[in-house]
Amino acid sequence: MKKKLLILFSALLLVWVAGCSNQEASTEGSNDKEGEKAEDPKEIELLNVSYDPTRELYEEYNKSFAEYWEKEKGQKVTINQSHGGSGTQSRSVIDGLDADVVTLALAYDIDAIAETGKIAKDWQTRLENNSSPYTSTIVFLVRKGNPKEIKDWDDLVKKGVSVITPNPKTSGGARWNYLAAWGYALQQNNNDEEKAKEFVASLFKNVPVLDSGARGATTTFVEREIGDVLLAWENEAFLALNELGEDEFEIVIPSVSILAEPPVTIVDSAVEKNGTEEVAKAYLEYLYTDVGQEIAAKNYYRPRSEEIAKKYADQFPEINLFTIDEVFGGWTIAQKTHFADGGVFDQIYQP
Amino acid sequence: MNTKTIAQANTVSLQGLKKWVLIGIALAFLGLFIVIPLIAVFSEALKKGIELYFAALTEPDALSAIKLTLITAAIAVPVNTVFGVIAAYAIAKFSFRGKNILVTLIDIPFAVSPVIAGLVFVLLFGSQGLLGPFLEANDIKIVFAVPGIILATLFVTFPFVARELIPIMQEQGTDEEQAGRILGANGWQMFFRITLPNIKWGLLYGVILCNARAMGEFGAVSVVSGHIRGMTNTIPLHVEILYNEYNFTAAFAVASLLAILALFTLVLKSVVEWKSRKE
Repeated sequence: MKKKLLILFSALLLVWVAGCSNQEASTEGSNDKEGEKAEDPKEIELLNVSYDPTRELYEEYNKSFAEYWEKEKGQKVTINQSHGGSGTQSRSVIDGLDADVVTLALAYDIDAIAETGKIAKDWQTRLENNSSPYTSTIVFLVRKGNPKEIKDWDDLVKKGVSVITPNPKTSGGARWNYLAAWGYALQQNNNDEEKAKEFVASLFKNVPVLDSGARGATTTFVEREIGDVLLAWENEAFLALNELGEDEFEIVIPSVSILAEPPVTIVDSAVEKNGTEEVAKAYLEYLYTDVGQEIAAKNYYRPRSEEIAKKYADQFPEINLFTIDEVFGGWTIAQKTHFADGGVFDQIYQP
Repeated sequence: MNTKTIAQANTVSLQGLKKWVLIGIALAFLGLFIVIPLIAVFSEALKKGIELYFAALTEPDALSAIKLTLITAAIAVPVNTVFGVIAAYAIAKFSFRGKNILVTLIDIPFAVSPVIAGLVFVLLFGSQGLLGPFLEANDIKIVFAVPGIILATLFVTFPFVARELIPIMQEQGTDEEQAGRILGANGWQMFFRITLPNIKWGLLYGVILCNARAMGEFGAVSVVSGHIRGMTNTIPLHVEILYNEYNFTAAFAVASLLAILALFTLVLKSVVEWKSRKE
């Protein structure tokens, strides 16, 4: 009995090891195939590293672009996607995630990659509209009937109101949330920075959890039913409404909000190495075409094209929007003052 | 006489009561924290019918996640089994300087958070890391690719086999091996005829736990994965992605694979325990 079991066990171990070496052989095999693929002009792969709420947008867009590219060039293109908090994604690309294009939540996260030399420093001038083919803004998502009567930013700092927003350190959406609140407070207090700081500090006192990305925050609010109000990307709020039932949530438009410009660019060092420069450029330019703009609008991103914007006008309510350049002097300054280690956010937020 | 028996009966029934209260508490606790969540996973997974369940499992991204998980375990488990046996053998059968340091080192993966384990590899092999420039110059991808995932899994599952074997081997001492040596056995004979039969159940137990962890690891793998759909997602990461895409049924369907693996592991584990007790 003992011997039999021993034999059985050794056999198992052998099979395992054999399986392992087989696997290795087969992965090597597939690597070879990939090598061939790169040489074969018939097929090409792109990696788009993006932020959290764009999953649905790029799923639809990638299909459309692949069709377009095949018709145009007769070349099959497969676009791989990676999603996460914008800051986290930027960090991954800096650390070596082999993205051909990055489509992130805010310019600073691409600037951070440019710092390492992987992207040219003047990347933001390479495409129209600050390289942001679509825009968005920050709105409030509340539970049906708006039981806490949340109408504007002021209501978020009231006692007993629980606010859900992701962590500004890792999430781009969260940084827009934070800056939108700050901008509102400045407007209300004659540009008094101290008052704005107090306002945002008391807002964050009402935040029970900080998720790392916008999508995580949405599921916290929607699925786990934590909080009274979610500060969200407009597109994310619409998506939650449509995916999970209009009878459960309402969108509240604040009196003023920030114009969020999520930028896109190619990663120069990667496209050079992967030989994907042409297709990567075309991929981003296609975002500016009518087809690309319409897909963006359908996924609740505000299109840049006036024609498409008109077509979808009743989908996007008019909001009084300020830009980051007007109020904060651009992303580099805003990032340094507010979100860098020891910055204002670190001073006002103690978990 | 009468009062005595009554008193005895009382203590017996009191003990009986105590016993059942304790059992009841244990069962209620288990039910609340283990059985109900387990049932919830399966009921959510099957909520929209068995067809959707299988569709979620056979979808290309899910298949690639399953494949990657199997490859990872197929490499991590045998490697850690061999290293675990060697390390445990060295620690239990020989005495040498720095033995305690070795034991502590083996425990490190248990002690540090898996996220840190993942970050260590990013810091080592990432573009900004120690070896990054060299790897990039030679076009070798480690982090944000399959090798990184395997390395991270190797790291977090390292202690399972060794930790399981060290106490067993220490308890058994070196008497039998010494007897074997006197009777003229060489090193390999000693290992395969004496040591291995003595530790086989402990070894199997360690391998089972190691495998379960290798397939279920989330934190460390999440850090080094890069989350590329269909390429660097393991089963646990794929579950997270599906959940984040409001695809709850599919998320639970894939999660149920991990739950099945857990149940299977438990059954195997009890069989192993039962067999080893019998001997």
